[in-house]
Amino acid sequence: MSENSKNMTIHLKLWKQDGPKSKGAFVSHTVKDVSPDMSFLELIDVVNSEFIKKDKRPVEFDHDCREGICGTCSMVINGEAHGPQKATTTCQLHMRSFCDGDTITVEPFRAKTFRVVRDLVVDRSSFDRIIQKGGFVSVNTGNAQDANNIPISKPDSDRSFSAAACIGCGACVAACKNASASLFVAAKITHLSLLPQGQLEHRQRALNMVDQMDKEGFGACTNTGACSLACPKEISLDSIALMNREYLKSSVKER
Amino acid sequence: MSKNNYFSSSVGKKQLMGITGLALCGFLFAHVSGNFLLFVGAKEYNMYSHALISNPFLVLAELGLVLFILIHMVQAFVLTRMNKEARPVKYAIKAKGEKATSLVSTYMWQQGVIILVFIALHLWTFKYGEVIYAEYDGVQVRDLFGLVVQVFQSPIYLAGYLLALLVLGLHLSHGFQSTFKTMGFNHPKYEPKLKLMGHSFAAYVALGFMVQPVYIYLFH
Ligand code: FES
Repeated sequence: MSENSKNMTIHLKLWKQDGPKSKGAFVSHTVKDVSPDMSFLELIDVVNSEFIKKDKRPVEFDHDCREGICGTCSMVINGEAHGPQKATTTCQLHMRSFCDGDTITVEPFRAKTFRVVRDLVVDRSSFDRIIQKGGFVSVNTGNAQDANNIPISKPDSDRSFSAAACIGCGACVAACKNASASLFVAAKITHLSLLPQGQLEHRQRALNMVDQMDKEGFGACTNTGACSLACPKEISLDSIALMNREYLKSSVKER
Repeated sequence: MSKNNYFSSSVGKKQLMGITGLALCGFLFAHVSGNFLLFVGAKEYNMYSHALISNPFLVLAELGLVLFILIHMVQAFVLTRMNKEARPVKYAIKAKGEKATSLVSTYMWQQGVIILVFIALHLWTFKYGEVIYAEYDGVQVRDLFGLVVQVFQSPIYLAGYLLALLVLGLHLSHGFQSTFKTMGFNHPKYEPKLKLMGHSFAAYVALGFMVQPVYIYLFH
């Protein structure tokens, strides 16, 4: 950390693309006096203010909460979704993760289903359509229960809760060599199917969500584990196995 | 089965591929284990292969193997195409830090192609290769031991053979354990054991097949 406590000069190569159909290219830009305590998004804010001063169009990127909980800040930094640090979203990545004089390449999440809207902004509505196919509980579960009224085993509640941490950012798709959405879909299936309220519809959920995932044109899972490594919430690869099991069983049993 | 078509889904395709791969693993296990008779002697090796060749059920097993390989291949082809289409624009830079994955799991289909070429060559050299005869206790059998000795006199052939086996070993080291995940088996308690099992299996098959020609090359 000590060598990184001084302000740095950072060379950026940013992806710029006017629209979904236009051809994009990298633009180079050097930023001086970058504080190591700056977040990565703040760095792009600085770049954009410099661009605006020079009458250049700013680089568009998605962001919202800037505290690692909304999953909006999608970008691939030096080939890694959300950058080099594990369990971190781009907005929570700080410049101290880089060194003075580094060249950093920033690209959008790349997948056929994630159409580039502009620059680093991609369309992730395919995730919404997958959720619409079963990422919810539609049976009547009554009023809010008293605590511990519904018995759930500790391991199940832990697994369900870890899967529920998914913020739907799409880094799994971005990192996967096959642009597969398996980790995202599996996280939703794991999250809901391990709980009594979600169990009632677990078969239809598995079938329909996997079906929609395929329809959207995502790739298949090769179990490389890239998704889990890139996941800012560290969703485990185990959930994909659970999804596969649910899908197999449901295919056999569901009428 | 439900209206969702299992076999056209990505999960169904992967499961079919995994199961056929695992079945082929069973064959490899039997093949490498039986071949260790090479170390016992020419007669034992030839009598063993003779027993296999003359077994009328062998054709059935062979047909099964061909079927498994075909399914495995077709699924690989379909899935690879689907996977490539899912990312039409490549990244300018590859991940290399903590978020990078193993190269073995990344290049599975390329390994598959090498293994396929190897299988073709292998069958052409041995199964459909030169027929030499040996006689033991009045029974005439194919002298496959002699053929093996003859083939592995060439250091170039030996090197190519070892290389192909290395690729096979790598393919198995990922494929074996990955199949379990694809089929839906996961448990934190067995996960490390499964990994170890996958690697040990791959090492057993690959090294087992490797020491045999090396032994022949050095001592025959
Ligand atoms: S902006 Fe919300 S997670 Fe990064």
